[in-house]
Amino acid sequence: MTSWEIFLQQLFNGLLVGSFYGLVAIGYSMVYGIIKLLNFAHADIYMCGAFSGLIILGFLNPYVGNEWLGIIIALLLSMVLVGLLGVVIQRVAYRPMLKAPRLSILITALAVSMILYNTVLLMTQGQYKPFTTGLTHESFYIGALRMTETRMVLLLAALVLMFLLHMFITRTMYGKAMRAIALDRDTCQLMGVNVYMIIAITFFVGSALAAAAGIMAGVYYGTVHFFMGFLIGLKAFTAAVIGGIGIIPGAMLGGLLLGLLEAFGTQIPFIGSSWRDVFTFVFLILFLIFKPNGLLGRIESERM
Amino acid sequence: MAEIKNNSQKNTPVGMIVEQLYLFFDNKVPRYLVMSAMTAFLIYLPLSSSRFTQEIMANLFFYVVVCLGLNIIVGFAGLLHLGYAAFFAVGAYTTGILSSVYGVNFWLTLPFSIIAAVIAGLAIGAPTLRLRGDYLAIVTLGFGEIIRLTVRNLEITGGAIGLIGIQRPVLFGVVLNQITHFYYLFFILAIIAIFVSYRLHDSRLGRAWEYIREDEDAASAMGINVVSTRLYAFIIGSAFGALAGSLYAAKMTAISPESFMFIHSVMILLAVVLGGMGKIPGVILGAVIVTLIPELSRDIGQFRLIIFAVLLLILMLYRPQGIWPERQGISTKL
Amino acid sequence: MALLEIKDLTLRFGGLCAVNKLSLEIEEGSIRSLIGPNGAGKTCVFNCLTGFYKPSDGDMIFMGESLVKRKPHIITYKGMARTFQNLRLFQQMTVFENVMSGMHCRSSAGFIGAVLRTGSQKLEEKKIREVAEECLDFVGILDKKYYMAKNLPYGDQRRVEWARALATQPKLLLLDEPAAGLNKEEKSRLIDLMRRIRDERKITIFLIEHDMGLVMKVSEKIFVIDYGVKIAEGEAKEVQDNPRVIEAYLGKEEEEDAV
Repeated sequence: MTSWEIFLQQLFNGLLVGSFYGLVAIGYSMVYGIIKLLNFAHADIYMCGAFSGLIILGFLNPYVGNEWLGIIIALLLSMVLVGLLGVVIQRVAYRPMLKAPRLSILITALAVSMILYNTVLLMTQGQYKPFTTGLTHESFYIGALRMTETRMVLLLAALVLMFLLHMFITRTMYGKAMRAIALDRDTCQLMGVNVYMIIAITFFVGSALAAAAGIMAGVYYGTVHFFMGFLIGLKAFTAAVIGGIGIIPGAMLGGLLLGLLEAFGTQIPFIGSSWRDVFTFVFLILFLIFKPNGLLGRIESERM
Repeated sequence: MAEIKNNSQKNTPVGMIVEQLYLFFDNKVPRYLVMSAMTAFLIYLPLSSSRFTQEIMANLFFYVVVCLGLNIIVGFAGLLHLGYAAFFAVGAYTTGILSSVYGVNFWLTLPFSIIAAVIAGLAIGAPTLRLRGDYLAIVTLGFGEIIRLTVRNLEITGGAIGLIGIQRPVLFGVVLNQITHFYYLFFILAIIAIFVSYRLHDSRLGRAWEYIREDEDAASAMGINVVSTRLYAFIIGSAFGALAGSLYAAKMTAISPESFMFIHSVMILLAVVLGGMGKIPGVILGAVIVTLIPELSRDIGQFRLIIFAVLLLILMLYRPQGIWPERQGISTKL
Repeated sequence: MALLEIKDLTLRFGGLCAVNKLSLEIEEGSIRSLIGPNGAGKTCVFNCLTGFYKPSDGDMIFMGESLVKRKPHIITYKGMARTFQNLRLFQQMTVFENVMSGMHCRSSAGFIGAVLRTGSQKLEEKKIREVAEECLDFVGILDKKYYMAKNLPYGDQRRVEWARALATQPKLLLLDEPAAGLNKEEKSRLIDLMRRIRDERKITIFLIEHDMGLVMKVSEKIFVIDYGVKIAEGEAKEVQDNPRVIEAYLGKEEEEDAV
């Protein structure tokens, strides 16, 4: 391959992986924005999304002839199911803790994460599960770029989801209420905003997007396992920080940037793929040092 | 302002017993009596017990040390640390490399182990603690993973296999290679850890941590440098962990990346939270629970972690201050 | 030279201007007040002075040094202490421990001192306790030193805040609405206490207050701000008769007629 071809290939890979990061990062960012919680369980929700997609697909496959139709149904169903899971978690574990000290709610989030993670670990006995879809992985070329149908559709789907979310946030009352709650929860309550409802919707949307990312990652990599959320959780958090935590377009941007950075970073000699995750993490630390508010973040002065 | 409810313990019978115990121990004389009786018993124990018991007890003392170390960060300073096992690994590998590769005497590796932990603590803590406290949680989580990957990828750390042939420490001409030796070694270490914890708690530094935990803005208005005081806690706690890691390496003589998985960090954190963050007897109690319960209930195996996680969740929802009661009303201490 | 000099202090939040080109001077040994209607930007001025807000423009010179870009703890160390409008005590700690916090910036023991209890550390601890007790005695609640802060009545909690601020051994004391929520008798004791702080401890006082009566009694000079702009300054009588002040507090006459 010429260096131009490598460049194009990595650009595409980076955008694709980055769009997964972005979808997960949005959930982190939304929840952080609205209730200032680092939702550790979010990474496990992503993992649950992948497994729920796999199970639903297993049910559907005999009945649905078209592979794409099957995946789309599984995707939508899982998004709803996992979205509801997010709402339930929020109701049981986070809502009673909203007024508790910061440390307590972080530990609750950690506990929820452990419960989800270990449950799936027990159910799958720690095995990798193949994510069989029946989709073709036949490659064709667009110019110098080697492509498969699957990858193209995945990237497209991710971008469509991001666009829909953007419309939801900017064009509806819910989006406005979300931003208002992020600014001042108590005042919103006084103004008659159903704060708990909006928080629940936030969890629903964030979890649904994570589930979508989980299924897409399953289709992309071909396997799923209980541990798949851990690293992507860290990376999505990094992406959220890069874009400016709490800022939704920032999370998308951060995800895409991080994906590109990894794709090109692993091309640098001495870094290679075994150091890829270390590289991401060092990048996070550097970002926290030099641009802690993120690319799109503003310096906010908190009122006393 | 968020106020922690602390009268819930009065409603349950267990709570009442604990309350009575607490009042009993608040009095100096019985406290010293019980403490010396316990110390005497623990000194005597290896003379009349099996290797297995000694092994468990040594493990328990070890956990007490690690938990008290993490308690400085989580309990005293109120910072969530999710990668404590990584600092543990920093200590263990520093000792391991110096000892097995360069043949340095075990005791001489300890200062290096502390230095390594301080450097790692500064690298992680300094950029993060300037920002919101909760960024630290995810950065330490990441750091735990990075250390594990790094020791896997490097040659000097023995890759995935790890290091073997770490020298046994020698004390007064005796090579420490029996479980009884380590029993006493860890026992002494646990006592030192308890002593240091109490001294720190009742000092200017300990009070500063408490002020920051209570109200960050008021603390800084009182002239406390919030960032550096937190960083101080983070580094002291990390050094504690590294020292424990060094001793672990000496006891096992072989270490591998899998000894320092995320789950160990979680178990240590669990012990601290369970017993009661910031309360030294509570943390010791937490360490006892976390080390002894798995020993008593090996059959449930995989379910253990789920049960622990559910327990943690319930605890946070209904009794966030942990098992050990909060001090309240008029305090006669000081 | 004035102890504190504020020059063209400006603070903007987004498009909103909370403090606009405010200039004032506070002479050593005086009691000065800053008054103004609700939302006039009084607390913002305090937050700028103590380093909690970064002013957008202007300068603040305290004892010959600029306070701009200084962190809150450095400013306290330099000799400026404050109380908060809505009490910010360390709720779960005793009164005594609360007041001891003030001495933090005047002491230095670290890890070694704490663990080994060295001679200098013991001496320092003794000093911290002495100062804390003396400050509690000064405000008159020494008998409650072992109470949990949260269990005290409101008036006493206020005094703990005062003692805590005094324990930092300041040159200038900033009081944010010290009389809020106090009854008449407590207010008169408060005035007495402020005078004692100034006369016995030689501490300059700068306060924000709503209660005009109290302000008129206690301070020699008053600054009035409205919408972040200084509209008047001078002695109580002058300020009271100033038409702009009356307008700020009561609204314009024509407007009232129109209603």
